[in-house]
Amino acid sequence: MARPLINVPAKVKRGQVFEIKTLISHIMETGFRFTTTGDKIPRDIVTTFSCSYNGEEIFRADLYPAISANPFFDFFTVATESGTLDFKWTGDNGFAESATAKIVVE
Amino acid sequence: MSLQTSRVAPIIGRATAVAFMLVAIASAANGADIPLDQRRSGYLDLGRDSKAMQDDDTINPATLWVQDGEALWNQKAGAANRACADCHQDATVSMKGVAARYPAFSAARNGPVNLEQRINLCRSEHQQAQPFAYESRELLALTAYVGRQSRGMAIAPPDDDRLAPFVEAGRKLFNRRIGQIDMSCAQCHDDNWGKKLAGSLIPQAQPTGYPIYRLEWQSLGSLQRRLRNCMTGLRAEAYEYGAPENVNLELFLMWRARGLQLETPAVRP
Amino acid sequence: MGKAKPGATRRAVMLGGLAGGLAATIRLEPAHATPERMRVAIRTVVGEASIRKGRVDLEVPPLVENGNTVSLAVSVDSPMTATDYVKAIHVFNEKNPQPNVISVHLGPRAGRAKFSTRFRLADSQIVTAIAEMSDGSFWSASADVIVTLAACVEGI
Repeated sequence: MARPLINVPAKVKRGQVFEIKTLISHIMETGFRFTTTGDKIPRDIVTTFSCSYNGEEIFRADLYPAISANPFFDFFTVATESGTLDFKWTGDNGFAESATAKIVVE
Repeated sequence: MSLQTSRVAPIIGRATAVAFMLVAIASAANGADIPLDQRRSGYLDLGRDSKAMQDDDTINPATLWVQDGEALWNQKAGAANRACADCHQDATVSMKGVAARYPAFSAARNGPVNLEQRINLCRSEHQQAQPFAYESRELLALTAYVGRQSRGMAIAPPDDDRLAPFVEAGRKLFNRRIGQIDMSCAQCHDDNWGKKLAGSLIPQAQPTGYPIYRLEWQSLGSLQRRLRNCMTGLRAEAYEYGAPENVNLELFLMWRARGLQLETPAVRP
Repeated sequence: MGKAKPGATRRAVMLGGLAGGLAATIRLEPAHATPERMRVAIRTVVGEASIRKGRVDLEVPPLVENGNTVSLAVSVDSPMTATDYVKAIHVFNEKNPQPNVISVHLGPRAGRAKFSTRFRLADSQIVTAIAEMSDGSFWSASADVIVTLAACVEGI
C-alpha cells in the first residue's frame, strides 16, 4: 500500500558526492518464527535492492532475514549528469517494487 | 502510617493493627504523582540513532504510514462516497491541535472516545463506511496522519467536566495492581521511572508520540497496543481494543502528560 | 566408547565409538549460527585470501535499545577511483539463526564507500564487516554488541 520513501537532494553540483535515502514498507518475515500452534511462519523478505543512475547500476544490496522490517538504506553516489535514479526491490513470493527520482546536476 | 497504627493498636488489638498496616502498605500501589516539572518524554532516553530516526521524517519508518494516511484522507469512501477532505478540507489546517486534545467527550457515546474511535465514528456516520479494525494499516495510517498535524503542540486535554469521572476511572486503573505479577502501572512509571527493569530503562510512560514506531514491533502501533503489551507483561488479561478501560486509561495518561509536547509519530524501543 | 545409554540407537553407539571423544548419546545440532558458522560464511565469500584488520569502520551501538531494529553504518577508507575502489561490503553475525546480514555491491560511481541500514540481532554477539577491494584484498572490522530483550514483550 505504501509507496517507497525516497530522499535525494534537489540539486547537486557535477562531481559532488551526494546521499540517497530509501525506505519501503515490508514485513521482512525471517522464516525463523513460529505460530502459537508450532507452525513455522514462512520466510517473506526482500532479497535484492538496487539503484541505477541513468541506467547504470550504482548500488546493489543482497538482503538476508537479518535486515529489519521496513528496509532502510542510506548510500552515496557521484553526480555525473542530470537524469533519473531508478530503484528496484525484489523478494520472496514475487515481490517487486520500484520507484524513481529525478536528479538535477548543475 | 506508623503513627496511625500506634494510635489504633491499643484500641483494636495488635493483630488487627498489623493487618491494618499491611493493607496500608498494599494500597501504596497508589503512586505519588510525578511533580509537573519533573515529567519527561521517553524521547530524552532514546539512543542517538533512535533520536535521529524520529527527528528526520525522511528516515522515520512512521512516515510510510503518514503518507498512507494522507492518501486515505483524500480517498472517497463508503456509501456516501465522501472523503475526509470533503468535510475537513486541508488536514494541515483543520486537524491542527486535534490529536493534542484527544481522547475527548462524545455525546453520541456519552463518554470519552480516543482518536481511533473518533475516526471510525466519522467513517460510519458521515461516510457510511465500515469502521476500520483496530491496529489495521488504514486506521494506523489515518491516526498517524491526523496526529502528525499536532506535532510540536502541547498536549491539551479538554477542559470538560463531563470527562472528570472518566479521568478518575483511568487514574484508579493506573494505580490498580493487576496480573500474576500483581503490580500497578504507578509502581513502575510513577515510583521507579529512570531505573532499570531487566536491562531496559523504565520510562515515565508519557504518551507523547502515539501512534509510535516501536522498534520491538518493527511497526507503527497505537497506545492501546502498548498498554495491552504492558498488561500482558504483568501476566494480566489485557482489556480488548476499544474497551472503556483502555480509553479511560488513555484519557488519564493524556491528562497526566498535559503540557508536554506531542511528537507524533515518535520512535520508541 | 563409554557405556551406551538405554534408548541410544546402534548408529549413535557406533558413531560414538568411531569419534572417540563424542558422547554416546545423540546430540542436537544448534539451530542457529555460531562463531564457527560465521567463519565458514566468511570463507565462502572470501575464499582462501587473507583478511586484514583495518580500513573498515563498523558503527553499531555498543548497547542496543532493541535487537529487532539496530542501526548499522559501515564505511571503508578508499579513494573510490576507477582503479582503486571497494567492490563489496559483507556483514556477518555470530548468533542469529543465519550468519549473513547483508552484502552491498559498490563501484567507483559510489563516490564514498559508506552505507547505513537497520538490522536484527538475536543476542549479544560479535558483528563483522568485510570489505572486498578492487585489488582483490580483504579488510575487516568487528564490533561486540550487547543486546537486551524488552522487559515487557507482546504476549501471544
